[in-house]
Amino acid sequence: MKFTRLIWANLTRKKIRLILTLGSFAVALFLFAFLAVVKDAFGRGADVAGADRLVVINRTSIINPIPLSYRDKILRIPGVKVVTHNNWFGGIYQDEKNFFPQFVIDPENQRQVFPELIVPDDQWANFLKDRQGAIVGEKTAERFHWKIGDRIPIKSTIYGNAAWEFNIDGIYHGKRPQDDETQFWFQWDYFEERVPERAKGNIGWYVLRLNSPDDAVRVAKAIDDQFANSPYETKTQTESAFAAGWVKQFGNIEFLILSIGAVVFFTLLLVTGNTMAISVRERTGELAVLKAIGFGDQMVLFFVLAEAIAISLFGGLLGLGLAMMAVPGLARALNGLLPALVLSKATLALGLGVALLVGLISGLLPGIMAMRMRVINALRRV
Amino acid sequence: MVRVDGKGSGALIQVRGLNKTYKRGGESIQVLQGLNLDVDKGDFVAFMGPSGSGKTTLLNLMGGLDVPTSGTISVDGDEITHMSASKLTQWRARHVGFIFQMYNLIPVLTAFQNVELPLLLTKLSASDRKKHVETALSVVGLSDRMHHYPRQLSGGQEQRVTIARAIVSDPTFLLCDEPTGDLDRKSATEIMELIEALVAKHGKTVLMVTHDPVVAARAHTTLHLEKGELVEGSAERLAAMAGGHV
Repeated sequence: MKFTRLIWANLTRKKIRLILTLGSFAVALFLFAFLAVVKDAFGRGADVAGADRLVVINRTSIINPIPLSYRDKILRIPGVKVVTHNNWFGGIYQDEKNFFPQFVIDPENQRQVFPELIVPDDQWANFLKDRQGAIVGEKTAERFHWKIGDRIPIKSTIYGNAAWEFNIDGIYHGKRPQDDETQFWFQWDYFEERVPERAKGNIGWYVLRLNSPDDAVRVAKAIDDQFANSPYETKTQTESAFAAGWVKQFGNIEFLILSIGAVVFFTLLLVTGNTMAISVRERTGELAVLKAIGFGDQMVLFFVLAEAIAISLFGGLLGLGLAMMAVPGLARALNGLLPALVLSKATLALGLGVALLVGLISGLLPGIMAMRMRVINALRRV
Repeated sequence: MVRVDGKGSGALIQVRGLNKTYKRGGESIQVLQGLNLDVDKGDFVAFMGPSGSGKTTLLNLMGGLDVPTSGTISVDGDEITHMSASKLTQWRARHVGFIFQMYNLIPVLTAFQNVELPLLLTKLSASDRKKHVETALSVVGLSDRMHHYPRQLSGGQEQRVTIARAIVSDPTFLLCDEPTGDLDRKSATEIMELIEALVAKHGKTVLMVTHDPVVAARAHTTLHLEKGELVEGSAERLAAMAGGHV
């Protein structure tokens, strides 16, 4: 475009101011990306939840157990396709800082309920044959440099203080980028064999798949009705509702993050708007000359907006680029506390969109002022 | 031929019954009062008068930068006083070349890029624009400075760039507002010689506001603005009053 040189020349006339303004955008977008990644991670459970999956927990709390004997009763409810169960193990590998989630699984049905978590068939076959076998997520295996065949000691914190030995028989990975690849699974039989008598026969929660997502409300009600007034009443929810409820325990993370993001962008809008206003005011005479020699009001508005949008575009891309490089580091620093930190394309697009919007708004007021400026008044001030 | 009696016909620029009143506070100040003017193609007219007499106001009105309170201005058959703001902007781009006292170049653009600005509004290709700019810069004698920025040029050279920018799109007439007002005598003489050459060799029509009678003496006709009306003066008499040559 023939006006590119004029826009570029105006954009780069005050280099330090340009760098500082770009820096403001970059920092804001970097922060936005980080907040979005954390927010997404908290909401990941709901995102990855299967529409046809229900979670059954003890009505009192998830830390209260449910009898294993419920499994067959649940399976008999019309609409239920398959049922699996899990327990939280909460062990420590070498150091408390090395957190990763460990689950006791029901090997028979695990893969049918969670088909998005892929374990190669040969590895799964070995796991089934090995009572002390374990399947570990790809990210946790990478983190601790584990490979198949390694023997891993994990110290129990809930069921005594003894170290439990496991053999890594397989490594799973998720079908989608957002799937959690930090989990550690081991067999129900090994767990049942080693836990104290008081814990035997109890599982943490059931996860079941339905024949159709349309059955979710009916089946959930049927399960809870069946175990009502028993010593172990249940609470059955869709997997996404369960995940959302889990996140709510931490407080309203989404509101907190959105509030911070809004404040950051509003501040950015004020900073950039002020910068653009100063920049235009400094060039009143030049803009008047452009108008005098035939550049129309809309053209002058376009020049100002183009500058503001260019700043927001370059600053935004810089900030998002830095965030893309930094997110893996954040994931490592959090040591798996938050699963699957992913800077999604949607977040990048949203960030860039918001940056461009801030650029547009910040340039609008000074642009309109420049557009409405009377040439003779402006020339008189030169 | 320049006339101020409003009886001319067929002139390039025709001003009839021009009034301009400003409101300052609650007071109305009439700057121009029923002013008439006819300027033919190729004329070189200087406007003189005391500060606040309305010289620049008249120039702004003829350049389509301001609108009169009443009266009409026609340029080459176009009646500009009733044009919309956007039409007037387009008209200025086609018909008027502005030369300002303070040069008003864009400091972040080179001489070439400054001169090219009016051509960005045309449909000329980049190579055609380049040819036009090089020609304009050679007319003002700055072919060897085309890639210099304004800060790298002297005042006289900056004003030459302004003149090149004013003539590059071959406008109908040039409006010069104190073109030598910020220059030393030597540079002023060079600029006036250049403007004279534009009139003599290239047939340009030039309307110039100046305080300097020596500079005004270079024009074919000098008009004085007194009490909002134009009065014809003698260039020779003015030169004699100046007691020297420019």
